[in-house]
Amino acid sequence: MRQRLETLFDALLPVIATLAALAVGAVMLLFLKVNPLEAYAALLKGAFGSFNSFAETLVKATPLLLVALGICISFRGDVINIGGEGQMIVGAILATWIGLTFTDAPGWLIITLALLAGFLGGAVWGGIPGALKAYFNVNEILSTVMMNAIAVQLMNFLLRGPMIDPSQAEVASKIPQTARLLDAFQLERLAPTRLHMGALIAVVLAVLVYILLWRTTLGYRIRAVGQNPHASRYAGIKVPRYVVTALLLSGAFAGLAGAIQVYGVNYRMITDGSASGFTGSAGFNGIVAALFGQLHPLWSIPASVLFGALLVGANSMQRMVQVPSALITVLNGLVVIFVVSSEIWRRRRQRRRLVVGEEEAPPKPDKSQVQTGEAQK
Amino acid sequence: MKKISLFVTFILALALALSACGAPAEPAVEEPAATEAPAEATEAAATEAAPAEPFRVAVVMPSTINDLAFGQSMYDALVRVQEEMGGPDAFEFVYSESMFVVDDAAAAIRDYATQDFDLIIAHGSQYGSSLQEIAPDFPDTSFAWGTTVDTFGLPNVFAYEAASHEGGYVNGVIAASLSKSNVIGVVGPIETGDAKLYVDGFKAGVTATNPDITVNVNYIGSFSDVALASEAATTHIAAGADVLTGSAQMVTGAIGKADEAGVLWLGTQSSQASLAPSIVVATQVFHWEVVLMEIIALVNEGTLGGQSFEINLENGGEVIEFNDGYALPDEVKTLAETTVQGIIDGSVTFTLP
Amino acid sequence: MITDLFSTTVLIGILASGIRLATPYLYAAIGETFSQKSGVLNLGVEGQMLIGSFAAFYVAFTTGNLWLGLLVAMIVGALMGLVMAFVTVNLHAQQGISGIGFYLFGLGLSDLLFQRLIGNVETIKGFEKIYIPGLSDIPGIGQILFNQNILVYGAYLLVPLAWFVLNKTTLGLKIRAVGENPDAADSLGVSVARVRYFTIVLGGALSGIAGASLSIALLNVFQQNMTSGLGFIAVALVYFGAWKPVGVLGGALLFSMVNSLQLWIQVLGIPIPSDIAVMMPYVLTILVLVATVSRVRAPSALTKPFERDE
Repeated sequence: MRQRLETLFDALLPVIATLAALAVGAVMLLFLKVNPLEAYAALLKGAFGSFNSFAETLVKATPLLLVALGICISFRGDVINIGGEGQMIVGAILATWIGLTFTDAPGWLIITLALLAGFLGGAVWGGIPGALKAYFNVNEILSTVMMNAIAVQLMNFLLRGPMIDPSQAEVASKIPQTARLLDAFQLERLAPTRLHMGALIAVVLAVLVYILLWRTTLGYRIRAVGQNPHASRYAGIKVPRYVVTALLLSGAFAGLAGAIQVYGVNYRMITDGSASGFTGSAGFNGIVAALFGQLHPLWSIPASVLFGALLVGANSMQRMVQVPSALITVLNGLVVIFVVSSEIWRRRRQRRRLVVGEEEAPPKPDKSQVQTGEAQK
Repeated sequence: MKKISLFVTFILALALALSACGAPAEPAVEEPAATEAPAEATEAAATEAAPAEPFRVAVVMPSTINDLAFGQSMYDALVRVQEEMGGPDAFEFVYSESMFVVDDAAAAIRDYATQDFDLIIAHGSQYGSSLQEIAPDFPDTSFAWGTTVDTFGLPNVFAYEAASHEGGYVNGVIAASLSKSNVIGVVGPIETGDAKLYVDGFKAGVTATNPDITVNVNYIGSFSDVALASEAATTHIAAGADVLTGSAQMVTGAIGKADEAGVLWLGTQSSQASLAPSIVVATQVFHWEVVLMEIIALVNEGTLGGQSFEINLENGGEVIEFNDGYALPDEVKTLAETTVQGIIDGSVTFTLP
Repeated sequence: MITDLFSTTVLIGILASGIRLATPYLYAAIGETFSQKSGVLNLGVEGQMLIGSFAAFYVAFTTGNLWLGLLVAMIVGALMGLVMAFVTVNLHAQQGISGIGFYLFGLGLSDLLFQRLIGNVETIKGFEKIYIPGLSDIPGIGQILFNQNILVYGAYLLVPLAWFVLNKTTLGLKIRAVGENPDAADSLGVSVARVRYFTIVLGGALSGIAGASLSIALLNVFQQNMTSGLGFIAVALVYFGAWKPVGVLGGALLFSMVNSLQLWIQVLGIPIPSDIAVMMPYVLTILVLVATVSRVRAPSALTKPFERDE
């Protein structure tokens, strides 16, 4: 029974931490002379208050989940990918190009190709830092930060010039956007809301990534390299190859997220000159979602929904009680800090269990005798 | 096994949170009644409107209301409209700022549309695509989109834009008349939209006044990188520029450098004289209220859209505001004023690239 | 037009502005070097810079005292570092992620305070350029090296100082030991927690100064999100510099000078699309690292929380 309670507590930990962060936020709201209860009611209502708002939450959660899946792979391979923003952009560019170029093809074909192109574009943009790390010892934090900036400028260049909407090319203001995708090329909507097929795709992929990581040799090797590169090398695993693969796959999922944003939500690419204008910072927030989900693909699903809800709800809070957008950013920061800090309690209990041996103790050994390890590195 | 049960618990927890606020989702879990109360509180707050049925406007903008540029130009205009119409009892407005994520802006626009606003303003050219999709779902609500001329042929969308090139041209004329080194520098964000329009007009104005002047243009690739904007200004000054101009919110960095070096500055969008009173010569200030008043009048008559508007020098939507702190030679001021007149009466014409 | 790039005006311009632009990177990246050397990745630099930047500006704006502003920026940065230290050292939080949290927190809070306390974009008189008789008058070099404000000089003095502390003092030895092998350091009686607290707080204080260098010395304004990604570049430069202050200096200068070069390319009208020009510093930074294939390893314990084996 106690076990059950503790398990429940573990599962609720991120939620409790979020509530604690909101409590700190409440103090700030009081300073701004806003009634915190009213504000948070607006937040909840905005995220879950109606069928439509819940759909919006899921729309927001979709790219978060996709990026998070990639992060699960790369972080487990002990490569830190903070290039999700750039990878999303490049994936979206390739996918958009497909849809704008082959206008005669049937919709299902184009959508399939476009999503593949997004996957591929992201893979390239993630694979480059991967290769640089594996073969040139260029740190991936550095290269992914730089690659983000490069992708933004690439997008600006293409959307101002070669890929600009022909109707914008003629007028003086020249809004940097591509033409709109044909209706036939748009991802199907699931309800009379903005919720689209992409959400389902993401969930299916979450299961696939789970299988990849724990049921295939490739996944096993990525994790083995992540846990102990030296031991892996002695065991005959070609470490550089798996470093590249981890970043490549990670980028691919982000790229897919970008493609899905275009085909499911915006139906075109638009730039305001920054990365987040297109990605909505999903490339960063996806990292947070993955960690909320303890780097587990399936856990990342509820984690993405929770984080998506927070983002959607916070925006609605801005509208309903007119708090400055800056406060929303502060709240997001607080939530991240609190959730990531709260992890310690879960880990402590886990360790205690291992030590006391109350339960069937260590996680089931993998095929090849290397422990899967829990959640974090 | 344990992991799966953990997972299920988490899902249940989410469902709980969901049903707690009355969503028509899974009925499964028990509902703690307490959470119901705050939701009602907001509704109560939302309905406490002024008795005299004010005209209600919601605006969504990509930057902040105090950016001293595009966002502020709209905010200031709304404040002026409010004054003109007789205060909050007659005119109410709410805003969502920093909506640079198009997707978030779309959600905001849709959300405002479900509430009873008389007019919803999408103050960013990047919002067009979203508006095109949302507006048909709310045929009884009026929308306005700027800056553009495109109403998508929708009966409930107004379009508005700024003829920034006109003020840009006048600023160019002033700059050319004041430059002694015959080099002028421009700091821009990215090469599109309102910024490009302004810069192109500015260049045309300079060339028309003095074809020997070189106009160096620097687009720094960002709307927020103040440090790079400041270095761009330094670069211009090192390259010999003695008059600078620029567009968008990060130019504050450039104005600072101009001030330090005693180089003149011409502004656009919102008045920037307060930043460097001794070197800001003039600013093209946007007065969106000119367009807003027209749109409001139309909405009150029952016309919800289908027309496009422009603020320009002629209708007073663009005003060249001279800074009193800077002693502009009379002949230059006269030249600027005649140029403004010329653009208005059509005797000054120019083409954009 | 390409040949214009090699004129003395342009070269002096690039060098002088490179040196100036590198200033905030240096403060932030040297601070980050300390924390990474002790095994802590701080991705929240950008947030600390923004808070520092606002604090310095606000204090200078209201009191007119620049030094007080600088001090407050340091303190506020250090305080944020303190919280970060608690979260990473005591609570063992994932460092990359908590850093993103601190970034968001700083981004929002600085903007919120700005809106509440100042409201509009204002300017102040920041630290003036220091004229050094004789030196400042040397043609070229004087303009490049001896025509800057005090915080610029401070940034460059910090480099040898950091090198000295890291390599020639017991403190530096402890920091490196904690970052390479915390277990061994611990068994030798070095408090891993205390050392990491020190480096993270120091990093925070330096990030605060980095922010202040923007708001009260180089730009003399404060604006929402004014660092605009600078803090992340600073973190990247630590990797570029392979955890050596001199390497960080090299990276900061390279990045800044190429950035200044791209501005000149546009000014000189060399026909490259502006976006492609803006890309240059990022591309070159990567290329240089590829070309100089370094085999330097990161501190072994980087990002790994320390826990005593019981």
